[in-house]
Amino acid sequence: MPELYPVKIHVNGTTYERRVEPRMHLADFLRHEIDLTGTHIGCEHGVCGACTVLVDGASVRSCLMLAVQTDGRSVDTVEGVAAADGTLNPVQAALSKHHGLQCGFCTPGIIMTITEMRKESGGRQWTEDEVRAALSGNLCRCTGYQGMVDAALEVLTPLNLGRD
Amino acid sequence: MTDNPFQSWMSKSVPRVEDDRLLQGRGKFLDDIRLDRLLMAAFVRSPVAHAILKKINLDAARALPGVRAVFSYNDLRPLLSLDRIPLALPSGAIRFDVDPPALAHEEICYVGEPIAVVIAETRAIAEDAVALVELEFDPLPVVMDPRDGVDKDAPKARLDCPDNLVARHVLKYGNGEAAFAAAAHRVKDCFRLNKGGGHSMEPRGIVARVDDDDLLTVWDSTQMPHRAKAILVNALGLSEEKVRVIAPDVGGGFGPKAVFHPEELVIPAVALKLRTPVKWAEDRFESFTATVQERVQIWDMEAAFDAEGKLLAIRGQLFHDHGAATPYGVALPYNAATNLIGPYALPAYDLEILMCLTNMVPACPTRGAGRPQGTFVMERLLDRAADELGLAREEIRQRNLIPLEQMPYTIPVIMRDGSTMTYDSGDYPECQRRVLEAAGWSEFDKRRDAARRDGRFLGIGLSNYVEGTGRGPFESASIRVGPSGKIMVSSGATAQGQGVKSMLAQISAGVLGMNPKDVHVVDGDTNATVLGLGAFASRQAVTAGNAIYLATRRVAEKARAMAAHMLEASADDLEIADGNIFVKGVPQLKVTLGDVSKALSGMPGYAIPGGMEPGLEAAVDFQPGPLTYTNGSHVAEVEVDPDTGAVKITRYVVVHDCGRMINPMMVEGQVLGGVVHGIGATLLEWMRYDDQGQPATVTYADYLLPTCDVVPRIEIHHMESPTPLNPLGVKGAAESGTIGAPAVIVSAIEDALRPLKIRIRDLPVTPARLRALIAAAQGKGAAP
Repeated sequence: MPELYPVKIHVNGTTYERRVEPRMHLADFLRHEIDLTGTHIGCEHGVCGACTVLVDGASVRSCLMLAVQTDGRSVDTVEGVAAADGTLNPVQAALSKHHGLQCGFCTPGIIMTITEMRKESGGRQWTEDEVRAALSGNLCRCTGYQGMVDAALEVLTPLNLGRD
Repeated sequence: MTDNPFQSWMSKSVPRVEDDRLLQGRGKFLDDIRLDRLLMAAFVRSPVAHAILKKINLDAARALPGVRAVFSYNDLRPLLSLDRIPLALPSGAIRFDVDPPALAHEEICYVGEPIAVVIAETRAIAEDAVALVELEFDPLPVVMDPRDGVDKDAPKARLDCPDNLVARHVLKYGNGEAAFAAAAHRVKDCFRLNKGGGHSMEPRGIVARVDDDDLLTVWDSTQMPHRAKAILVNALGLSEEKVRVIAPDVGGGFGPKAVFHPEELVIPAVALKLRTPVKWAEDRFESFTATVQERVQIWDMEAAFDAEGKLLAIRGQLFHDHGAATPYGVALPYNAATNLIGPYALPAYDLEILMCLTNMVPACPTRGAGRPQGTFVMERLLDRAADELGLAREEIRQRNLIPLEQMPYTIPVIMRDGSTMTYDSGDYPECQRRVLEAAGWSEFDKRRDAARRDGRFLGIGLSNYVEGTGRGPFESASIRVGPSGKIMVSSGATAQGQGVKSMLAQISAGVLGMNPKDVHVVDGDTNATVLGLGAFASRQAVTAGNAIYLATRRVAEKARAMAAHMLEASADDLEIADGNIFVKGVPQLKVTLGDVSKALSGMPGYAIPGGMEPGLEAAVDFQPGPLTYTNGSHVAEVEVDPDTGAVKITRYVVVHDCGRMINPMMVEGQVLGGVVHGIGATLLEWMRYDDQGQPATVTYADYLLPTCDVVPRIEIHHMESPTPLNPLGVKGAAESGTIGAPAVIVSAIEDALRPLKIRIRDLPVTPARLRALIAAAQGKGAAP
C-alpha cells in the first residue's frame, strides 16, 4: 500500500481528520472519504467545472487539487449552501425559478461558481456578458445556460447581493 | 373527454418537483450509491482499432494486493447464457446483425472496446491493475470512412462479417426519373457531416448487488431500464422476478444511455459470480472512447425544381458510418433520411442508404437522432436552388411549404410501426412567417449593409423542420390514492433531466385539482412498473403523459362515484379539488380522497360500499399510434471574422410548435438545450481519429462543447397546434431544438460571406475550416 498522510480539512464548518493517499484528489476525498457526494465529477481533467468547490473562499476544480494540499484549509461545498432547515439560499432559489437546472449534475458546480461571483462582486450590477464570461468554465449539456444566466443576473443585483 | 383537462395546474410554468434535492447536492446519481462491501471495477480496453488478440496475461494484475478478481472473456463466458449481447432491433434493411460480445476476444474492432475487467477494493487499485495487464496483438487494416468502406476492395472492419455493408435501404416514392428529366433547374452537392456525441455531464455507470435471496438489483445510469432488464434476463439466463433494474438520478442521457453497452452486462455477471456488490463508474476518457456516439455521414445529393422553384424530386446516396456493431438498429440513418423531407411538399424521393461497418465505436442516435443531418441537407439544397433561381431564401421555402389546408399531410413512406408517414397538425407557412417577423428579417439588409461599411460581416439564416415525436408502442403509468390521501404515481417513463416527475405530477394534479408537490412519482424502476420503455424519440410527454392523464381521470371518476354513494348525492353534482370531493356550490358537503380510498380498501368481512370494485387506483398503458409531428422555424444572425474564420452567433430566434404545452417553462428548457446542442454540433464538436483509428479528441480541451460565453440569448416563441392523435393534444419537445440549428447557422455564415460565394459542405464549421474556405475563395480573386 502507498504511504498514507494525515490531513485535517474543515468542510462546511466541520473538521475532518483522515489519512489519505497523496494521489487522492479533493473531489474523491469529499465524495468517498467523508461521503459528501453533492460535489460531482464530470471530466476529472479540470474543464467541466462540475466539481467546483471553494477553498478558503476561492473556487477550485476539486478534481485538480490534491486532498493533501487542502490540509488545514477550509472547503465549502454545495451541501453547506442552504440553511440548516433546508431553506434554499438565493442562488439556489433563483436557479429553480429560472429553470437553470435540468438533470442537476453540473448544478453544484454552478452554485459554487455563482457563490464566488457574489462574494467578488463588490455590490455592483453585473452585465449579461460578464455573467456569461464568469460562468464559461462550467459545462452544462441540458439547459443551454440561459436559465442559469438569468438566475445569476437576479442574484448579482445590488439589491440581492446582501441577502443570504 | 368532456372536461377541460387544462384546469388549475395545467399549461403553467410550475417550478419542478425535482429541484430542491438537486440544488442541495442531495441527488442520488450512480456514483453516489454506497453499499456495504462494495467493490470497484475498471476495464482493460483495446488500445488499437483493429487486431487479432493473440495473448492476454492477467497474472500480474491478479497478484496486485487489493485486487479481488480479474475476468477476461474466457472467465466471463461460463456466466452468460449467450455468446453475444442480444441487442438486435428488427429491420429489413439489416443484412446481418452485429451484436457485440460482452468482452472482446479473438478480434478487436475499435479503440476502447472492453477486453477484461478488474475488480478491486478501490477504483485506484483497479486502475493500477489494469496497467499491469499484458496484451499481444496482430494488427489488421482499419476501415475509417463509410464510403471507402463499402467499396468491394475495402478491407473488412470485422473478419466475422461477410463484408462492411451491414445494412442497405432504399427510400423511394414518386417518379423521380421523370421529374429530373423534366426539371427546369437542378442542384447537386455532397455533404460530409460529423456529428456531436451525447456528452451527458454524468458519464455512464452501473452498480450490481445480489441479495441472499438471489435477487439481482442493478442501478444503471440508463434511459431504458426495462430494456436493460430484458437483456439481463436473457443474457444471464435468469427469471424476471430475480432481476430489478433502477435508473437512479441520471445526469443527462441524450441518446447514448438508451443503448445497452457491454459493461451493463459484465458488472451484473461479475456481481453474481462474486456475490458481492460491484460498481463501475465510467470516467471521461472511457466516455470518449467506449460510449456510443453519432458518426460520419456522407450525402451525395441532387434536387430538381420547376421554373418557379417548386421541388420536383430529390435523389442521392447516404453513406452512414455504423461503427463496429449495430447496438441500436438503423434508427439513426433512417430518421436522417425521412426527416430530410421536412415541412416541404416533395413529390418524389429516391435515396439509397448504405450503412457501413467501421473500426470506430458503434454509432447510435444522439439528441435529434439523425434528423438534424437530414434537415441540414434539405435546407442546403434549398439555399443552393434559391441562389440558382435568383429567389430569396424565404421565398423558395414559402413556395414549397405544405399549406395548412393540406393538413394532415401524408407522405408515401412506411414507418417502423407500419403506419404511413403523416404530418398530423401544424401550420408551417405561418411558423415561418412568425419567425421572420420576430427576427426582423425584412430589415436585416440594412443592418448587414451598415455593418459592412464598418468592415464587419453579418449574415442571417433561416431553417424549417419537423420532428416525428412520441414513438410507441406504448408507455405505462399508474396512480394510486392511499387511505392517507397521498397520491402515488409510477411510470415506465425514465428521467435524465427532462423533468419527467414534474410532468407526470402536474398532469395528475391538474385532473385532481391538487398541488403537483403532493404527488409522489416513481420512475425508472422495473419493480414499480412491470412494463415500460423509457426515454427515446421525444416521447415521454406524449406516451406517459397521456397514460397518467387517462389513469388519473379513471381514478377521479371512481372517486366521484364512491363519494356520490357516501354523500348520497349525484356524481354529476360533485367536484374534486385540493384532495376533497364536494357538492358543487356546497363545499362543506364533502369527503376527502383519503376517505374514499379508505372505504374502497375494505374492512374484513364487510362488503365494499356501493358494490364497487376495491381500490382507488388505475393503470393505463397508453398506445400513441403513429408519430405526432412537432415543427419549428429558426432564424440566426452571425458575425464572421474573415481573418480568423471565427463565427459569433449574435441573435437566435425560434418559433416552436409542440402542440399543447404542459409546462411552458420546461418546454423552453428543452428547446434551449436542444438549440445549444445543435450549435455545438455545427461549430465546435468534432470527434477526431487518426487514419489508424486512434481517437484524437479525448478531453474537453480537445473536443469542445458549447460554453456559456459562445451561445447567444435564444428567443423562443410558441405556436400551439394540438395533435388530434392523443387526448392531451401534446407533442414531444426534447430534441426538436437541435434539428434546425446546423442548417440555420450555416445558412447565416454563407450569407455573411455572400460576396465570396462560399459553399459550406462539411460539419463542424471550425475556424480553421472556414478560414481555409475563405482563403480559397480569396485566392480566386474575390475580395470579401
